[in-house]
Amino acid sequence: MGKYIEMIRVRFLMMLAYRTNYYSGILIYSINIGAYYFLWNAIYGGKGEIEGLSVIQMTTYVAVAWMARAFYFNNIDREIAQEIKEGKVAVEFIRPYHYLLMKTMQGLGEGIFRLSFFSIPGMIIVSLIFPIEFSAAFSTWMFFVIAIILSFIVNTQINLLTGVMTFFFFNNDGLIRAKRVVIDLFSGLLLPISFYPGWAQNVMDFLPFQAISYIPSMIFTEGFTGSAVWEAILFQLVWAVILILPIQALWVIAKKRLIVQGG
Amino acid sequence: MKHGSIFFLYVSQYMKTRLTYRVDMLMEIMSDLLFQAVNLIFILVVFGHTNMLSGWSKDEIIFIYGFFLVPFAIFGAFFNIWDFNERYIVKGEMDRILTRPVHSLFQIILERMELESLFGVLTGIAVMIYAGSHLDLSLSWYDPIVFLFMVLGGAFVYAGIFILLASISFWSDSRTSIMPMMYNIGNYGRYPVDIYNKVIRFVLTWILPFAFVGVYPSAYFLGREEWYGYAFLTPVMGAVFFGFAIFMWNIGVTKYRGAGN
Repeated sequence: MGKYIEMIRVRFLMMLAYRTNYYSGILIYSINIGAYYFLWNAIYGGKGEIEGLSVIQMTTYVAVAWMARAFYFNNIDREIAQEIKEGKVAVEFIRPYHYLLMKTMQGLGEGIFRLSFFSIPGMIIVSLIFPIEFSAAFSTWMFFVIAIILSFIVNTQINLLTGVMTFFFFNNDGLIRAKRVVIDLFSGLLLPISFYPGWAQNVMDFLPFQAISYIPSMIFTEGFTGSAVWEAILFQLVWAVILILPIQALWVIAKKRLIVQGG
Repeated sequence: MKHGSIFFLYVSQYMKTRLTYRVDMLMEIMSDLLFQAVNLIFILVVFGHTNMLSGWSKDEIIFIYGFFLVPFAIFGAFFNIWDFNERYIVKGEMDRILTRPVHSLFQIILERMELESLFGVLTGIAVMIYAGSHLDLSLSWYDPIVFLFMVLGGAFVYAGIFILLASISFWSDSRTSIMPMMYNIGNYGRYPVDIYNKVIRFVLTWILPFAFVGVYPSAYFLGREEWYGYAFLTPVMGAVFFGFAIFMWNIGVTKYRGAGN
């Protein structure tokens, strides 16, 4: 266990060394939040609420969805693909840790860094510019914390899955890019899932993507209340468990048919 | 003449290298398409909940997006020099560029072109035809010519902004994130400017004129006469911004001192 915590720490410190890159990141996210803020205001027009969300809740949703993205987002799929292509993964196999777990921990180190130097200051800045409502209830915050941890897990699992597929496709830049687009759309980052037409919502209920952005953001904006919160967290939890299976299966097969192309 | 033949030599060379990795190229085009589809889906879903966006209908917004794709594709194919600072200044590649017999910016465009991005022109036109058929738009004989000018104007606005930003590297080679930021600001131009407040509208019109890439020129084809003034300004803005960018680039090149060994 100690070695994994050390990995989180090392990655955190590595990110800290390049922290100036992140100040501009806050600005970029604020620009995006601003664009959607105006867009949503125009969409609402005079309407009080759409799909149970008021315009202020919607602004809050957009802001928290982007800022939470800074926490759960990582590039470990790209890193894994790179290490497989360069043949470095062969060395990783003989090291005394689980390669995928090690990658997850590095992602977590990155996430914790961005949460403290990006999301939290970013959220404060954004809340000064745009009308955003923070919940006063302690339980909302508690559920939100649980939800973003689970969203990190689900997103990382999907990243691991895409990364490990490099073993089979050798070059999967396209898949990685496609995955990113799919996640932006179906995770609820751009649009709350409840805005989609009914049939699309039904389809998405059977996919893990809404666990990434929609659920934590809806909890934060109190779009979910009462039992809906529990159901949402259960949804995330179930997917976090289910996704272990394909990852483990692919990993076992990949280890057997590993072809090192160089390194 | 010399420039033309060099250009086509580079294009044919580019095609050869890209066609060697066909699957890769196909994947790239596919992921571009997917990205464009996401933006369309966003518009479609949003209009499931509202009929008008500040007085613009669904098909009009889709038309604007379709138009935006065309100049953006041209920009992406030839002027996408977002990594200029890192690639040419920090690594000292600019030294090599300056020894070439053509204008330094032209040489860089030759080296950095990404022709597969031109596929977006087709997507854009298809989207416009789709939206236009719903809107019963009528075309005059001169509209294709106007379209050409509008598209070039929009592409030159984009190119001008990015060349100006690239020129900053001649004075300061420290790494900045202005370029990725510009892509995000550029997205503002895809929607009607009336949804923004006065300050943003002013910025999008006169300072970072991304509105001239999407909404203003589209207003002409949509017959929105209140915006005609801005619409016809599109080629002018393109020429002015592009001209100013080249001017600053030329000054910048004289300030270039080289880096590394």
